[in-house]
Amino acid sequence: MSLLLPDTGLLFWMVIIFAIVFFILAKFGFPVITKMLDKRRDYIDSSLRLAREADEKMGRMMEEQSRMIAQAREEQNRILKEAAQARDNIVRKAQEQAQDEARKILEEARVKIEAEKESALREIRSQTAMLSVKVAEKVLRQQLSTDKAQIDLVYRMLDEVTAPSKDKN
Amino acid sequence: MSLPMSVVSCVASDSGSESAAEEDIDVQGVIFGHIGDAYEWHITDIGDRSISIPLPVIVKSSTGWHCFLSSRLEDGAVYEGLFISESEKNSGKIVEIDSSGNEVRPLDISITKNVFALMINSTILVALILCCSRWYRRHDALKEAPKGVAALLEPVIAMINDDVIKDSVGPGYQKFAPYLLTVFFFILINNLMGIVPFFPGGANITGNITITFVLAFITFLLTNLTTNRYYWKDIFCPEVPFWLKPILIVIEVFGMFTKPFALMLRLFANIMAGHCLILCVVVMIFITAKLGVLIGGSMTVVSVVFGIFMDCLELLVAFIQAYVFTMLSAVFIGLSRERPQEEKGR
Repeated sequence: MSLLLPDTGLLFWMVIIFAIVFFILAKFGFPVITKMLDKRRDYIDSSLRLAREADEKMGRMMEEQSRMIAQAREEQNRILKEAAQARDNIVRKAQEQAQDEARKILEEARVKIEAEKESALREIRSQTAMLSVKVAEKVLRQQLSTDKAQIDLVYRMLDEVTAPSKDKN
Repeated sequence: MSLPMSVVSCVASDSGSESAAEEDIDVQGVIFGHIGDAYEWHITDIGDRSISIPLPVIVKSSTGWHCFLSSRLEDGAVYEGLFISESEKNSGKIVEIDSSGNEVRPLDISITKNVFALMINSTILVALILCCSRWYRRHDALKEAPKGVAALLEPVIAMINDDVIKDSVGPGYQKFAPYLLTVFFFILINNLMGIVPFFPGGANITGNITITFVLAFITFLLTNLTTNRYYWKDIFCPEVPFWLKPILIVIEVFGMFTKPFALMLRLFANIMAGHCLILCVVVMIFITAKLGVLIGGSMTVVSVVFGIFMDCLELLVAFIQAYVFTMLSAVFIGLSRERPQEEKGR
């Protein structure tokens, strides 16, 4: 069967044509394409890896961020609390100071009042003495208006002076 | 027989007329004419005139080199002592009569229909692949997605390169990738062009044993010339009891040749059978046309449906055969380069 026998002419041309096709494609065709495909596959692989790493980094940064926010909030709370404490302290101190001041003023006032009272009493006392002397003078003048009364008085007074000396003897 | 395609076309163009009803259809001639080779490319017949592309005939006969167009040999004409034989032995080939009166075939390197189709298909193939590679040269594949031909071919090239060649050949596959990729696309494009029913397709190239022989022979050479010593040791000194050695050596040596031989026959038989089947289905229309309107009409419908089915099947086969040829070539090359540690590792 001629179908199953290779034909010389076709064999000749087939070898030439295939050789040319192979030469062209192997030199200018497939290596360029396969190299580029390999390069792109590597690129895609590395890009995926980088993306994954970036994702992880991003996650870490988010974590860091939320941690920092929490820290800042805590700090804020602390500062606020301290401020409130300081305010309370200042107010209390001011109150104490005011009370002290008030007490001091009261004390001074009391001392002054005491002094005034003393001097007033002293005056009253001297006035009273003067008055009694004047009253006594008036009374004495009244009682000793007669000679008899004067002699009586001298006698009584002499009695009074002698009486204690008798007791001694 | 010399212009077998014309029978189909004759029938096709004249089937309605009465003269065709009297003609007997040479089914074998039609089919073998199509799947065989020819000196001219017959396209169609209009009425009685046959339309064909004459192709150059290049022969070296006893009187030296001859080069002329095949149209000079039409209808059995003799030109410069050469004519197309109709004898049993050299049927359809250019012959000359030697001094003792016998038909002898001169050295014949004519551009026949198959050669011409091969040239066209190879040009298409080279243009496609170079278009694709040019895109990669001009563009940065890292920044752009491929467009046009590159986008079409890239997944196929990637699939063959990564899934078939890399996996089957193993380490050092880069050396063989260009050949295997060329083989794949060469077979694929010739298969596909063979399905196209009109010029410039329709030639039965990968269904020709010469073509598959060349491809299988190159694979054979690659397999046996790039191998390592373990391969030869496995063939000529297998690790078996000594009395088994002669048998095994014979089997292994035989196997060296049967592997590429199977490659050659598989591709040839598959594609040829596909062409035969489609032709049979089409010829059925013209055979049954004589049997009356009812049978002829219904068979026409059946034939068209079957024809569509067969064409779709052939599209699949075209890809599968190219894939199988490439994969088996890669596997053979890979096996011949295998190292014993890897064998133990299995």
